[in-house]
Amino acid sequence: MTLAHVITQESLAKEGLAYQSAANGAERRLIICAGTGCVAGGALEVYGEFVRTIEAAGIDVVTELRPEAPPLPGFVHVSRSGCQGFCQMGPLATVLPDGILYTRVKKGDVAEIVESTLKHGKPVERLLYVDKSAKRSCRGIAEIPFYQAQHRFVLKECGVIDPDSLPEYLAKDGYQAACRVYTRMSPQEVCTEIDKAGLRGRGGGGFPTGRKWELARVQPAAPKYVICNGDEGDPGAFMDRSVMEGNPHSVVEGLLIAARAIGASEAFVYVRAEYPLAVRRVRKAVEDAKRAGLLGPSLFGTHYALDITVMEGAGAFVCGEETALIASIEGKRGMPSPKPPFPAQSGLWGNPTVINNVETLASVPRILNMGAEKFRAMGSRTSPGTKTFALTGHVVNTGLIEVAFGATLRDIVYGVGGGVTTDDGAAMSELKAVQIGGPSGGCLTPAHLDLPLDFDSLRSIGAMVGSGGLVAMNRDTCMVSMARFFMQFTQNESCGKCVLCREGTKQMLALLDDIIEGKATLDTLDLLEMLARTVQKGSLCGLGKTAPNPVLSMTRLFREEYLAHVVEKRCPAGRCKALLRPHVIPVKCKGCGVCIKACSMNAIKGEKRQVHVIDETLCTRCGACAKACRLGAIQGV
Amino acid sequence: MLPEPSPEEVSHPSTLPSRRFQKVCDILAKHEHRASRLIPILQAVQEEYRYLPEEVMTYLATSLHIPPAEVYGVATFYAHFALAPKGKYVLRLCDGTACHVKRSIPILEALRSKLRLSETKSTTDDMLFTVETVSCLGACGLAPVLLVNDQVHGQVTPEAACAIVDGIAAKETVQ
Repeated sequence: MTLAHVITQESLAKEGLAYQSAANGAERRLIICAGTGCVAGGALEVYGEFVRTIEAAGIDVVTELRPEAPPLPGFVHVSRSGCQGFCQMGPLATVLPDGILYTRVKKGDVAEIVESTLKHGKPVERLLYVDKSAKRSCRGIAEIPFYQAQHRFVLKECGVIDPDSLPEYLAKDGYQAACRVYTRMSPQEVCTEIDKAGLRGRGGGGFPTGRKWELARVQPAAPKYVICNGDEGDPGAFMDRSVMEGNPHSVVEGLLIAARAIGASEAFVYVRAEYPLAVRRVRKAVEDAKRAGLLGPSLFGTHYALDITVMEGAGAFVCGEETALIASIEGKRGMPSPKPPFPAQSGLWGNPTVINNVETLASVPRILNMGAEKFRAMGSRTSPGTKTFALTGHVVNTGLIEVAFGATLRDIVYGVGGGVTTDDGAAMSELKAVQIGGPSGGCLTPAHLDLPLDFDSLRSIGAMVGSGGLVAMNRDTCMVSMARFFMQFTQNESCGKCVLCREGTKQMLALLDDIIEGKATLDTLDLLEMLARTVQKGSLCGLGKTAPNPVLSMTRLFREEYLAHVVEKRCPAGRCKALLRPHVIPVKCKGCGVCIKACSMNAIKGEKRQVHVIDETLCTRCGACAKACRLGAIQGV
Repeated sequence: MLPEPSPEEVSHPSTLPSRRFQKVCDILAKHEHRASRLIPILQAVQEEYRYLPEEVMTYLATSLHIPPAEVYGVATFYAHFALAPKGKYVLRLCDGTACHVKRSIPILEALRSKLRLSETKSTTDDMLFTVETVSCLGACGLAPVLLVNDQVHGQVTPEAACAIVDGIAAKETVQ
């Protein structure tokens, strides 16, 4: 694509239209999801197979649609997309305009799809998603409950457009907002518009974005910097990854707008190193935008310039913290520094810096295109708009979802998620808790099922939106082990600067170990809670301040379970190995010896046709005996 | 193109021929000898050697005009940097929240016992396998997830993980 002349809204729209009219010549479009999840399932092989098979069937295939050389109408357009969200059912293939969604597509299924759908317009029934609760197969997204219950705003184009295609982004009004901002709006107007929309930072804190920009805008110092925070470190969260993989140009456009709002000429995208695909896609988007003149000097015919550098993180959770991330870009250890001064006043190399989360930046162009009023109409009063969540854990449908703020936990877990399952997903189970906001967040229980979720309602009950990880847990989950899991994570990731965070998290972990190993007393529990509150108070950055949240929220909400561990030395979920008491139920045991053979530790003794006995000192609580016994005579493990 | 360093050279940095520093010089030149680019420089060095040899870190410090302690400080701060050589195949098991609740730990135990590794010993003696955990790979929909070098395996069980190891070992013996 060449855009050598001055880029205007009209020229961008023209490019988009050219792409659209070329795309309209396609008889069908096939979209193969190429997000991390589907690629792991073999989506790229499926893609290659489709191209080969369609070609072999004598149909024209176009994989890269070039508006300047439109193919003859009647071709099939095969493209790859970013994450479509339904990772568990991947690899996914969508056929348009039929609106058919095929799930779990394997290389061997391709020939059948080409033959029946592409040639004869008939769906391949066995590859359609089956809604088990309604006992029917769903033809496409419109019929699948997982998608029906969502409100896709930031993710609207994710999973549809080809993330590597700038022309396709332009066809969806791409870079229109950026162009308008540079040519027709003053920086102050941009800040005011975003402030009016009420956009709050999607990275966890929920700070109003417009106000953050305004704070940096009024600083006299120069140069200024904009940073996109893609260091999504929360375990169990992958929203930013999906946006960067699925619609990287929206992030680039968001950065362009933010740079204009504060007067920056240099921007950074800091991406987690664990996301190689996201790094590649964002890098390509930046390069393509540069080549098209959308980045670089004299933007949109003005004297403003912007250069974007994509930087890979090196594996440190604390770098999600603004000041630590800045230190990391400067080439130092990623340790946070005290605020104030805020990065907006003194950030990267001591200059005013705005740091926004990926999802926040991706929302900005859409907000400017639709207007603040319309954006405000979505979501709740104090938290307008939508939020993407990574719904995982023990639910039927896991994946990337987006709902309007104010949706309830019930909508998410039972509507989108399709209900709670057992560990292996084979049967339904009861909901015990939902961990929201990762290792810095808190727990929600079935009592909170009807609470409308937004920044403020969650804060009021001691939880937080966080970056948006939602992990559903069934009744077989041990809440002490979960608290320990999060504690171990934060303890590992503590940068070591503040004593209370460094040593406090270690001691909290040791206290939780005591509870799990049956060495705790009631004093342990008191000490744990006291220490948790001290760590909250005595730490500098968000990591230390929020590290005790899971412990505090779980000890409060699941007090009885903690007491069972401490007082009765019993783990109600049967997960804490040291507390398990494997034993033989004498009346059920027939002395068949199957368990003796199953035990690799020789911990079971007994004569034939005599009741067997387990030696607890030798037993490793592996559970092999209980699995082997057909009479159910071994319990407690 | 310089030849890949052989496994012996990788495990004994003292035998690194001086010409290998040419690669380091190229990396430094690409980043304009800027100390602020230390992290990308270390990443490029690690890509080249599969870990950060001590000599190279000292060399970097001298070239960038910063104390070796600063380079060492950065190298030890970030989880991705390794100061000891890793195996040819790095098995990174995800222990993020979603993978954890879907039972990733039994997979870790199975891999460790199969390869005779432990929490303190993460690489096999033949330098073929390294077993590590990572906090989240962002593929939670496929939990539990195992990453073998760059290849993602989803919905892994202890048996499947061991089968992957067997497959690699068989391929290596043939070669």
